[in-house]
Amino acid sequence: MARAKIKPSIPERSRDPRVEIALTVNGQEVRRTVSIRMLLSDFLRHELGLTGTHVGCEHGVCGCCTVHIDGKAGRSCLTLAVQANGCRIRTIEDVAAADGSLHPVQQAFKECHALQCGFCTPGMVMNILSRFDEAEPLDLSESGIRDILSGNLCRCTGYINIIAAVRRAAELLGRQ
Amino acid sequence: MKPALFDYRAPRTLDEAIGFLAGDADAMVLAGGQSLMPAMNFRAASPSLLVDIQHIAALKGVTIADGEIRIKAMTRHRELELDAGVKRANPLIAETMQHVAHIPIRNRGTIVGSLCHADPSAELPLLFVLLDGTLVAQGPAGTRQVPAREFFKSFLATARRQDEIVIEARLPVLPPGAGWAYDEVTRRHGDFALVGVGCVLQFDGEGRAANVRLAACGIADRPLRLTAAEKLLNGTGLAAIDLDDAVLASVGAVTVADDMNTTASFRRRVLGGLIRRLVARAASRAENPCR
Repeated sequence: MARAKIKPSIPERSRDPRVEIALTVNGQEVRRTVSIRMLLSDFLRHELGLTGTHVGCEHGVCGCCTVHIDGKAGRSCLTLAVQANGCRIRTIEDVAAADGSLHPVQQAFKECHALQCGFCTPGMVMNILSRFDEAEPLDLSESGIRDILSGNLCRCTGYINIIAAVRRAAELLGRQ
Repeated sequence: MKPALFDYRAPRTLDEAIGFLAGDADAMVLAGGQSLMPAMNFRAASPSLLVDIQHIAALKGVTIADGEIRIKAMTRHRELELDAGVKRANPLIAETMQHVAHIPIRNRGTIVGSLCHADPSAELPLLFVLLDGTLVAQGPAGTRQVPAREFFKSFLATARRQDEIVIEARLPVLPPGAGWAYDEVTRRHGDFALVGVGCVLQFDGEGRAANVRLAACGIADRPLRLTAAEKLLNGTGLAAIDLDDAVLASVGAVTVADDMNTTASFRRRVLGGLIRRLVARAASRAENPCR
């Protein structure tokens, strides 16, 4: 039986057609040339090195890759980097203050033990932040919070502490 | 979980966009991408060309005029759901949209995109069939209107022609005094419905149900009006026995086979339960001169 041959070095760049895109990421102007089919999630992680945006399922179910696109939470795995051309993107790296002090939503997660492995946390935080930014009144009942969180899967916590963290975050932000 | 290679255009005008579609039989329209991108990531869809319509200014916004809510193609779910004017004009829309996926998906996905995707378990196609909405399609030959009941052909298949863009979708304002209700049964909140049912009805001067509309998704290869049940309920006082008749008359509407989600017989039971519950809820919200 023939063994698989060791391949010569893999080209660093694919032969995909490439386009130039210009967008704002975490307040910084970014200009890059990317493959047409590159997902925004891969663009953030591989081209910009912003690995706080996590990639779970790549079909919009798990919510780990949630970022803000023009101020609203969206799935970066269901958005092409070229679609984000001209957009404002905000990722988890922009949430804590420059001196490292936590945002109230992050603080609430810490206080309430709302994370264990932490894989889903960036997506959770970006989703919650976006909902808090909406003018629409918040429903802080258990079912209302579960509705907000329904698009983010967590395999560790059982959600109870995350629900508590959303309530605590609302308290810290004066959104009762 | 990465899409196959495609070409990409982001035109600024509708004519350009239609030109790109007409020039490539495997081209697809990209709006919010919340149905198309998962399909492409799975490689269930591999269009040769994506025509991104997000920059076409003529395709943005919602207007209410002449008893109609006009939803342009780039209107995102959440935009319509939170629109105060739309809530007043037709509260059934916001009630139904609570069940469409999750907020981050609704922030990106478009109403028209969901209609063109035509998943038979999806809520919005049902809403358009229930309310007799209209779709406006534009192609090289011009613009045409397609009633929602003729738009949905089968599983993921619509009356849209390859070189057409659905530029607008229209829903009527609810008539004064009408009651409304939508609900569904899912395995998890935000999933596609196993079965979903929408109901709109009014009462006449004698307190009898009139203009009853019922529609369901998740029961066939497209959303369906439950016309037999509607006929039986019109003119009645919506007593339990009237609802029994309506439920019995709807059993045959479930034509899907057992699948990985559930069985056809469970869908039949759920359909009956939802009809009872939603007719009652719509009735409780309708103006009834005899109550």
